Amino acid sequence: MHRDNTLKYSFLASLPVLAGYLVLGIGFGVLLQDKGYSWWWALLMSATIYAGSMQYVAVDLISAGASVAAAALMTVMVNIRHLFYGLTMVDKYSDTGWKKPYLIFALTDETFSLVCSPELPEEINRKKYYFFVSLFNQCYWVAGSILGAAAGAALRFNSAGIDFAMTALFVVIFIEQWEKTSFHFPAVCGVVISVVCRVVFGASGFLIPSMLGILAAMLLQKKQAEQKLHLQGKDRQAEEALQNAQARPEMCSKGEEIQGGMR
Amino acid sequence: MTGNTYALLLVGVAAGVTALLRFLPFLVFRKHTPKIVLYLGEVLPCAIMGMLVVYCLRNVSIFPAAHALPEALAVALVVFLHRWKHNTLLSIAAGTVCYMFFVQAVFK
Repeated sequence: MHRDNTLKYSFLASLPVLAGYLVLGIGFGVLLQDKGYSWWWALLMSATIYAGSMQYVAVDLISAGASVAAAALMTVMVNIRHLFYGLTMVDKYSDTGWKKPYLIFALTDETFSLVCSPELPEEINRKKYYFFVSLFNQCYWVAGSILGAAAGAALRFNSAGIDFAMTALFVVIFIEQWEKTSFHFPAVCGVVISVVCRVVFGASGFLIPSMLGILAAMLLQKKQAEQKLHLQGKDRQAEEALQNAQARPEMCSKGEEIQGGMR
Repeated sequence: MTGNTYALLLVGVAAGVTALLRFLPFLVFRKHTPKIVLYLGEVLPCAIMGMLVVYCLRNVSIFPAAHALPEALAVALVVFLHRWKHNTLLSIAAGTVCYMFFVQAVFK
């Protein structure tokens, strides 16, 4: 019963990624096929690398005959943001047992957006939700890339702009996180610091300065932020009780009261 | 080294380095999670999602401002729809279809 609910809930939560990953995966498969690699290369890369933009870059690196050192450095540059995802999920993934290595391996941008702060109903098993969402997302990505490599030419249509699906997903999750709290300092910092860094450092080099800037802002405001969040001295149990109260629709108003009272 | 061996080697490097970046925070904080990391786990999701939105839009040129119109209008539509209906799939589908229409048919 529980399992079925969690499975269904996870699948529904992953639907936006299904659309995006199938299309982006097909795009990757088509690119691979154009460069003369067959479908099993798509399977291999999507199963082992499993990082959207990095796989596109990897195809370029291979065709250009890049050195191992250059490839490693490029991977660090493109994927450095994953350090942030791990840092955020250290505690949430700490009790996931045998699932943990896979959860960490499969922590892409899109998976992170679904697991970083979901408001799960009480009957949903949190750890299974993490696992199913991670697994489903990778299945979509692998299926899309194989499809693209095997049947690329037949699948081609004017898909210009379809990658906006991922932008829209992140905007939606940003709004949901925004509405969940009245403490908007982290969200505002994330946007403002990234925009400033984008203007100053340009599109290809702004991610690392942005991450450092956000980290610095969060640490400098730690005292004030913790007062707002009332994290200090709050034990984990109280926190979980609060999360459960917030997750139940009928308890929503009570959850807000608790949260309001803590500020 | 044949072409395939070389390609396999580079795939291995990309996979290994990506996995290393993903596992690193978990390896560093394996024993216990310091308070500071708990705090970051609370505040970073909102900040990172803001950063990811900017990351997705990083190649949009705003000089002249008209070049950013498809993105600006589509993001505005997503925000409006989502604040109004709170239906994730609707917001994403409408925003994406709208954006595709803009870049394919309107702002060519």
